[in-house]
Amino acid sequence: MTAPLHEPTAEAAPSAAEEAAVAGAEAKAVQGRSLGRIAWERLKRDKLALTGGIVVLILVAVALLAPVITGLLGQDPNEYHEDLIDPLFGTPVGSLGGISGEHLLGVEPVNGRDILARILYGARISLLVGFLSAVVAVILGTVLGILAGFFGGWVDSLISRIMDGLLAFPQLLFIIALVSVMPNDMLGLHGTGVRVFVMILVIGFFGWPYIGRVVRGQTISMREREYVEAARSLGAGRFYILFKELLPNLVAPIIVYTTMMIPTNILTEAALSFLGVGVKPPTASWGQMLSSAIEYYESDPMYMVVPGVAIFITVLAFNLFGDGVRDALDPKASR
Amino acid sequence: MLAYLIRRLFAAAVMLVVIIMVVFGIFFLVPKWAGVDIASSFVGKQADPAAVEAVRQKLGLSDPIYSQVWEFFKGIFTGRTYSGGGDVTHCSAPCFGYSFRSEQAIWPVLTDRFPVTLALALGAALLWLLFGLAAGVLSALKRGSFWDRGAMVVALAGVSLPVYFTGMIALAVFAFGLDWLDAQYVPLADSFTGWLGGLILPWITLAFLYAAMYARITRATMLEILGEDYIRTARAKGLREPVVIRKHAMRSTLTPILTMLGMDLGALIGGAILTESTFNLPGLGQAVLNAIKTQDLPVILGVTLITSLAVLIANLVVDVLYAVIDPRVRLA
Repeated sequence: MTAPLHEPTAEAAPSAAEEAAVAGAEAKAVQGRSLGRIAWERLKRDKLALTGGIVVLILVAVALLAPVITGLLGQDPNEYHEDLIDPLFGTPVGSLGGISGEHLLGVEPVNGRDILARILYGARISLLVGFLSAVVAVILGTVLGILAGFFGGWVDSLISRIMDGLLAFPQLLFIIALVSVMPNDMLGLHGTGVRVFVMILVIGFFGWPYIGRVVRGQTISMREREYVEAARSLGAGRFYILFKELLPNLVAPIIVYTTMMIPTNILTEAALSFLGVGVKPPTASWGQMLSSAIEYYESDPMYMVVPGVAIFITVLAFNLFGDGVRDALDPKASR
Repeated sequence: MLAYLIRRLFAAAVMLVVIIMVVFGIFFLVPKWAGVDIASSFVGKQADPAAVEAVRQKLGLSDPIYSQVWEFFKGIFTGRTYSGGGDVTHCSAPCFGYSFRSEQAIWPVLTDRFPVTLALALGAALLWLLFGLAAGVLSALKRGSFWDRGAMVVALAGVSLPVYFTGMIALAVFAFGLDWLDAQYVPLADSFTGWLGGLILPWITLAFLYAAMYARITRATMLEILGEDYIRTARAKGLREPVVIRKHAMRSTLTPILTMLGMDLGALIGGAILTESTFNLPGLGQAVLNAIKTQDLPVILGVTLITSLAVLIANLVVDVLYAVIDPRVRLA
């Protein structure tokens, strides 16, 4: 029950509270549960999805607190420890890639940078690009999808053709091409900043058709429903219907597709950094660590295992959580 | 069927024009907006002004963009001569541009490397369709069984693993650890078994990712379709179960799978680039990566254009297959 807006007089107070309590009980008896509530209750029962969700939360916390954690461990992601490197082979001394009490996940070959510190900082890049590019895709996809579905006709044909075209494009190749013609300084950003900004925009741009198609389909199926007709007959304008009647009903599919898009975007970012068109060294990123690890897969396999497993755990956690959210929000979904 | 084909061909032609516009936009307009001097990136990072000016003349970079695009297209059919800065370079038809960094025409690079990428993509596609569909259908038919759960766990892991990480593990285990294979690409003309041996790990690696995705989708689609009324009808009229599955359920399951296949062909090129880079295969993807390192834009342009074309053609094939499987499509 919400708090009363004005202070009740001393006399009226008990009766008002009593009334409110009675009204509340009645409301509880008949009131249906909201979609969010139902979804949450289903999600709570889904152990795998919950585990995924918790891992995602931990990852976000770790990424945000990366400087604090590395500070506590006394490590810096860019500090060289050449004394820990075998001068003959260039690989870390000690077993398993130089794991020790000080360097919990070992050090990199050649320059001996602490792998754990670089993994922690790499998480920031992965999650930042993963989330923000999903936001770009959701905004574009929702607006264009709803317009296509609601207005139909040539608007629909045009937007649908663009979506089909974009989906069939060799995206990675175009992203590579775009990133490679971008300058080093742009809009007050420099080096890695430019790359991150461009990656967010470009990955988001190629991702919007996935959301756009779903939103379009849902809009088409909803625009002739009775409640929309009712709103229209009451004299509601187009934009009122779009944003007040249709959009709230699109929230569920949009949430589902967003959670499923984030892991894909994280993989794309890692792939771009792996190929050398993502963030620039010495900034740490998982994909870039893997690409330098490829030369050591024989002599120092730990170096490739750590960032690889980091990507795997992150993407898996998002996928598990995304599957759970889909099952929770979609009444038809069955396992 | 003919009307459908003509419509698809027309759509493909429109798409072709759009792709060309986008590709040229990326290489000629975006740098202009972003304030990058394209001529100096054609020459290299430490270029002297005279060389930059020569390239600007040779490529006609100060001409308006439409005439640059026109020159490029004319070059494909008639060849092209670049002159400027005192020397003349000829690039014979079909001329897909000329790299002033490596001083060679682009077309031979493309024809050299295309077969490798094509072999990688086709082999992987065959493997993933076979295993992805089989695993998905079996999982759906034996829903909840040990096999179903196992397959779906593997599939979930598969979609969560980057293809280059799987590739590196495959290399470390099979090529280095067990020493079963020599992870070295051998041209088909030299030795068939060598070629097969060099491609088998890349095929499995690339196929694993997509097989996992397709197994998940196939299973979900199949489960949905098995609940439809017409399946019950088919069973009720006494058809044997294998016939129900093969003739009724499979056909409807294949339609969304084909749609996905059409959309994934573009992504497959991306997967191929990553796989080539992991396994050091001399394909188009590797050419692009080398070109990025040396800022060799004409190579990137040529590869982007040619792969987009390949994807477009492959999509056309998928569209036709689609119409064969689902007759309703022809009318739509």
